[in-house]
Amino acid sequence: MDSHETHSEHKPQGYGTYLIVWLGLLALTALTVTVAGINFGGLTVTTALLVASVKSYLVLKIFMHLGAEQKVFRIFVIVALFFVIVSFVLLFSDYSFI
Amino acid sequence: MTSQDQAVHVHRDDVGARMGMWLFLFTELLLFGGMFFLYSVYRFMNQDQFHIAAKELNTLVGTFNTIILLTSSLTMALAIGAIQRNNKSLSVFFQAITILLAFGFLVNKYFEWSVKFHHGIYPGSEILTAKPKGEILFFGLYYVMTGLHGLHVVIGIFLIGFMTRLTMKNVINQNSYVKLEAAGLYWHLVDIIWIFLFPLFYLIT
Repeated sequence: MDSHETHSEHKPQGYGTYLIVWLGLLALTALTVTVAGINFGGLTVTTALLVASVKSYLVLKIFMHLGAEQKVFRIFVIVALFFVIVSFVLLFSDYSFI
Repeated sequence: MTSQDQAVHVHRDDVGARMGMWLFLFTELLLFGGMFFLYSVYRFMNQDQFHIAAKELNTLVGTFNTIILLTSSLTMALAIGAIQRNNKSLSVFFQAITILLAFGFLVNKYFEWSVKFHHGIYPGSEILTAKPKGEILFFGLYYVMTGLHGLHVVIGIFLIGFMTRLTMKNVINQNSYVKLEAAGLYWHLVDIIWIFLFPLFYLIT
């Protein structure tokens, strides 16, 4: 019925989409460099990591075709990232309250 | 044709091949993840010294290298888009540009490291070992992490170069381009790692 999607072969993504994502990535780079010049104290690192995460999301979804892959790929990536975050939280539970 | 050729054709599984590549990328996440753990703890314990040490790094060079890598990711994605549209020469062209940009990145890195070495800042140097502990840690992490990343760029050049050859020989074509996709996934991962390395080393003000 609705299963017209063929996952095994990607439909070619438009060149335009890639160009827009690239421009977005450049804009975010400009943003993160500008923000780093302003002293936000502790917020500086947070902003830098937030911008880097958005950039990575764009690369993963569009350049690495994660958006067009079968769902299981996205679940894999989410599980992998989940354990990285768990490791960070456990790591800092040891260090941030000395 | 030999029976082996037919067997390869029958048993082709592009989704499985891409999944295998993703699993490999997760092991890369472990490799770099461990270093990011180390970085975060040492930075947390030596915040002021990390800030002072980071002033030695050239933000302009770092930004320029970021732009180079982001653009090379674009050309890699375009190379796959071109082969999907059966445009072989355009795909080869974009792959060549990707390799060229990767070389550009390494040339920048070479000059950047040369300046550091010239200033006497390299692992084990007298000037560096005389500095406070936190600054030694910063530069240790800087050389190991950007060095390992640079090694990945070098491997990427060989990998994409090999794919360019296969594309020119029509082994990679409109109907079978999963090898190029796998090389692309690797290249984008190298890009993502740099996306995090850049602010963590160059943008501590």
